[in-house]
Amino acid sequence: MLCDHCKKNTATTHVKQTVNGVTTEMNLCAQCAAQQGLYTSFGNFGLDLGDFWGSLFAEPSKRTRDDSVRCPDCGRSFREIAECGKAGCPSCYLTFYDRLLPSIQRIHGKTQHTGKTAGKAEEQVKIEHQLAELKKELERCVTAQEYEECARLRDRIRALEEGGDVQ
Amino acid sequence: MSNTKWYQRSGNQGDVVISTRIRLARNLQRMPFPAAMTVEQKKAVADQLFEVLLEREGESFSHIRMNTLDELQALSLVERHLISPEFARRGEGEALVLSADESVSIMSCEEDHLRIQVMRSGLDLDGAFQEADCWDTYLDNRLHFAFDERLGYLTQCPSNLGTGMRASLMLHLPALQEKGIVQQLSATVSKLGLTIRGLYGEGSGSKGAIYQLSNQVTLGITEAEAIENLKGIAEQIIKEERHHRQELGETLAAQDRIFRSLGILKHARLLSGKEFMSLISQVRMGVSLQLIEGVTLDQLGALLVDAQAATLSLANGDSPDAAKRDALRAELVRECLKGV
Repeated sequence: MLCDHCKKNTATTHVKQTVNGVTTEMNLCAQCAAQQGLYTSFGNFGLDLGDFWGSLFAEPSKRTRDDSVRCPDCGRSFREIAECGKAGCPSCYLTFYDRLLPSIQRIHGKTQHTGKTAGKAEEQVKIEHQLAELKKELERCVTAQEYEECARLRDRIRALEEGGDVQ
Repeated sequence: MSNTKWYQRSGNQGDVVISTRIRLARNLQRMPFPAAMTVEQKKAVADQLFEVLLEREGESFSHIRMNTLDELQALSLVERHLISPEFARRGEGEALVLSADESVSIMSCEEDHLRIQVMRSGLDLDGAFQEADCWDTYLDNRLHFAFDERLGYLTQCPSNLGTGMRASLMLHLPALQEKGIVQQLSATVSKLGLTIRGLYGEGSGSKGAIYQLSNQVTLGITEAEAIENLKGIAEQIIKEERHHRQELGETLAAQDRIFRSLGILKHARLLSGKEFMSLISQVRMGVSLQLIEGVTLDQLGALLVDAQAATLSLANGDSPDAAKRDALRAELVRECLKGV
């Protein structure tokens, strides 16, 4: 049986939908079923992995074929990423953030990272260095009785300690 | 002690949990992902990795360019769970860094620029994660990984976005496999964001009843949450496996299978890889039930790696044909079980 949608491939998925009491039935091939967003969990594909990731990026609209927007770092278009299921470089995610988000949501169920933050350790070290400098300066100002400068330094130290997550 | 590999010692909950693995996917900023990289770019990433590791005092690492290995050496790395089967194709520019006890390994330009991996015997998710986390922080401070506040660590495949962390446990589940419970488990754990699959061979019955349980979701969950989640499920599986093992162990039929397996392993002169895996699984269960004495889980753990085709061939000089290898395997197994 051929796919009701593309009328080219063999249909492998039978879809029965009831909306407001009206039941419709469709027979779709794997690609079209994926395009319709029918594969929403990890359990049920008969596709190989390459097709699978590709289909996760499928965007059933003309926009997919629009190659005018390209990643500034690696030059990939959204269509190229969708076809192979892989980003070309880290910047692809920022360039095509909005268009990739539905697929990312489908894979993980969520779209906001909550784990470890890169560069945090380094940032922390920088803040600690800065704090040490400021405290040294503060000590000097106290000895020299430069009270206005002392108040300014204390404010900066407090701000760094609060914002920088340093005890 | 430096010659002792991590898999030669069994660990916490070793009767069921063979090993723990934490793997972190990391990428450098402003560099194409491996699928789009030139050989020169790949070499440059490996050079950077080698260089920053040299700065770290007190740790000695082997620096391996994959294309300098022969096929057997690469396949043995797969058998020791240090690299992926894809990486064993030894592409030019790809590299591997390996600690002396093989518990820390870093693949350069596999699916991501770096795959940091820490292996531990038994159940030790926290220990393995802490070590992986240390390496990650050390490398991030020097190499600066690609990161976005919304999507976390940016990876070539969107399935690794977020923490980029895959935590896995290698489980020996002979009783749950025999009772057909593993299949049900697979459906249950997938609802909890985990996945379980047979480690040797596909299909319903894994060779040797060895399964890998790992987290699937990496975005919107912290490393600690993912690990707690995995640990919680693993503890239930361990409990179930033990319960069913006890039950099985009391039946004459199961005892018969265990001791027949031992008999064959102790006396066979030719052992194929497949036969070895199914028999050793029975013997391992027998040892955990204290039906068999004179061999430890440590020894069986090491045997499980050493009796694999490529590792076995490598230990015996050049690459022998299949029949010769089966003879070598049988000899190795008899030696291991001579105290039984």
